[in-house]
Amino acid sequence: MKETEHLIHKYLRSSKKFPHIWCGGCGIGIFMNALIRVIDGTGYSKDDIVIISGIGCSGRLPVYVDFNTLHTTHGRALTFATGIKMAKPSLKVIVVMGDGDAAAIGGNHLIHAARRNVEITSFIINNQVYGMTGGQISPTTPYGATTVTSPYGNLEPAFDICRLTEAAGASFVGRSTVYHTGLLDRLISQALNKKGFSVVEVIAQCVIFGGRWLGMDSAVRMMNWQKENSVTVEKAKGLSEAELEGKIVIGVLADRERPTYNEQYRKLLTEKLKI
Amino acid sequence: MPPEKILLQGNEACVKGALMAGCRFYAGYPITPATDIMEAMARDMPRAGGVFIQMEDEIASLGAVIGASLAGKKSLTATSGPGFSLMQEHIGFAAMAEVPCVIIDAMRAGPSTGLPTQAAQGDVMQARWGTHGDHPIIALAPSSVYECYELTIQAFNLSERYRTPVILLVDEVVAHMREGVLLPAEGEIAIEERVRPTVPPEWYIPYGDPGTGVPPMSAFGDGYRYHVTGLSHDVRGYPTTRADEVDPLIRRLFSKISRDYDRLQWYDSFNTDDAVVTVIAYGSVARAGLQAVRQARQGGLKVGLVKLKVIWPFMRRTVSQVLNNSKKVLVPEMNMGQISREVKRVNEGQCEVATLNKVDGTPLTPDEILKKLEEIYP
Repeated sequence: MKETEHLIHKYLRSSKKFPHIWCGGCGIGIFMNALIRVIDGTGYSKDDIVIISGIGCSGRLPVYVDFNTLHTTHGRALTFATGIKMAKPSLKVIVVMGDGDAAAIGGNHLIHAARRNVEITSFIINNQVYGMTGGQISPTTPYGATTVTSPYGNLEPAFDICRLTEAAGASFVGRSTVYHTGLLDRLISQALNKKGFSVVEVIAQCVIFGGRWLGMDSAVRMMNWQKENSVTVEKAKGLSEAELEGKIVIGVLADRERPTYNEQYRKLLTEKLKI
Repeated sequence: MPPEKILLQGNEACVKGALMAGCRFYAGYPITPATDIMEAMARDMPRAGGVFIQMEDEIASLGAVIGASLAGKKSLTATSGPGFSLMQEHIGFAAMAEVPCVIIDAMRAGPSTGLPTQAAQGDVMQARWGTHGDHPIIALAPSSVYECYELTIQAFNLSERYRTPVILLVDEVVAHMREGVLLPAEGEIAIEERVRPTVPPEWYIPYGDPGTGVPPMSAFGDGYRYHVTGLSHDVRGYPTTRADEVDPLIRRLFSKISRDYDRLQWYDSFNTDDAVVTVIAYGSVARAGLQAVRQARQGGLKVGLVKLKVIWPFMRRTVSQVLNNSKKVLVPEMNMGQISREVKRVNEGQCEVATLNKVDGTPLTPDEILKKLEEIYP
């Protein structure tokens, strides 16, 4: 407890009025807590870190934390991040997005940021719903789910963000839930230490809107659901597609060395053009 | 050895101007007739030690440009009508978050895909009101290759001075035109830089009014940790819905530019002293207009021309004077009357405003303007 209090004083903005905008039981706060806990252990100076977000409940995260913070437009956080990282490579650039933000309106930027392998650490908080606008289907809402924009059941299959970004070329891809806080911390740490484009999908609960269509009305029930439905990567290897249906595969899904865009650009300047 | 004239294209002159202004970040997406800018940047920007990146679309391009500017680099993107439409949300973001950046719009004929390789001035109003909500904007329009160079530098200067996006409206004729130009020596055109904070970080108020309406801007990583958002914000940059914080923000965004209207009256006038009819034109049309005025003078008509270099904020003072001194004005444009509407708004019944509109993708010619002048001459 003492340690947590210390971190709050160190990393939350004392000049910002709290409470935050998130609903009681929301998973985003658990992620924010994990993020500052891990950052504290990395040795980065607060001046060297930029946290960038898009629009939605996750978009409000940067304002609470004492870094260089940027709350951009819906879906476009990675484009701003690319500009910042290329303009000032000494900065540690972290992007926080939601599922609608990253996989729907920002889907194009997500695949191209992964393809370029820009040195950006990105977190996609996936609560499988548009929370801020009142519970509409997102690209990660399960097939058949009833929401305010799928009153007769969701006709669309859900996106697998990790497979998408792995295929697009991300250097590091991992997935955790906010229930698995130990794993979450490890993945955040690995992603921050990875040189190229890294993605951690964070399965989180939206108690108000996600919980409604899952028939779960409390954060405890939703986090129990995360616990019971998760399968580690190692375990998943031994399971069939059918057995994995509806399961959350957690752990490190991709970890590889690829030349980063920043390295390539640096080489262009120093080796080819001799600047 | 005195500087020599060089043969340059409008788009190339924009690139040279941008680099001279200190632009060190370019992000863009290919589109005719702006692609030459991107190609020249791909070649020259890395050599200048800056960053060139081809993004996945125009939305991403302006996003990257704004990000780079927040990291302290003067940044540029260039596009044409369809891409300019895609950039509108981010133009609003840059206006709201007060991030300096320059957007070159090489105007082609629209609407929609329109005539990709042909001339128009159809984006004048989009430059003013294309993004949602009340916001300030600055737009400049060059009419020659030299002015492409000069006004690109000034676009950067204004964007740095006022912390606002600045749009350079280059019509396709000027963008693709080649002319022999004598570029000014380095230092001849003053280069402006954004004001940076000098107070200790804990004293820094990122969106306060230091008296000029323009708060000093820190680059990310320079030790002033602050919050940037497109939400309505208070002086610290934190989101607010309080009327007494939102209202002063929006009014400051306007007044930081409007208080300087006198400094933003950039125009050239020709034969206006005794003009009975004055042509008000901008971009390539101003060139055709000048030729028409010369021919009309030879024919004994007392006509003159005022060429607008600043499009937004509209030069009410300059145009008002023209309207006051002329019996009639003629506003020829390669659109359905986007600036003539502004002229009429400023006119308030002082004189007769005639229009000449062309929307077929071909440039307005001196003959067409001359014919109209003869027709309306009292």
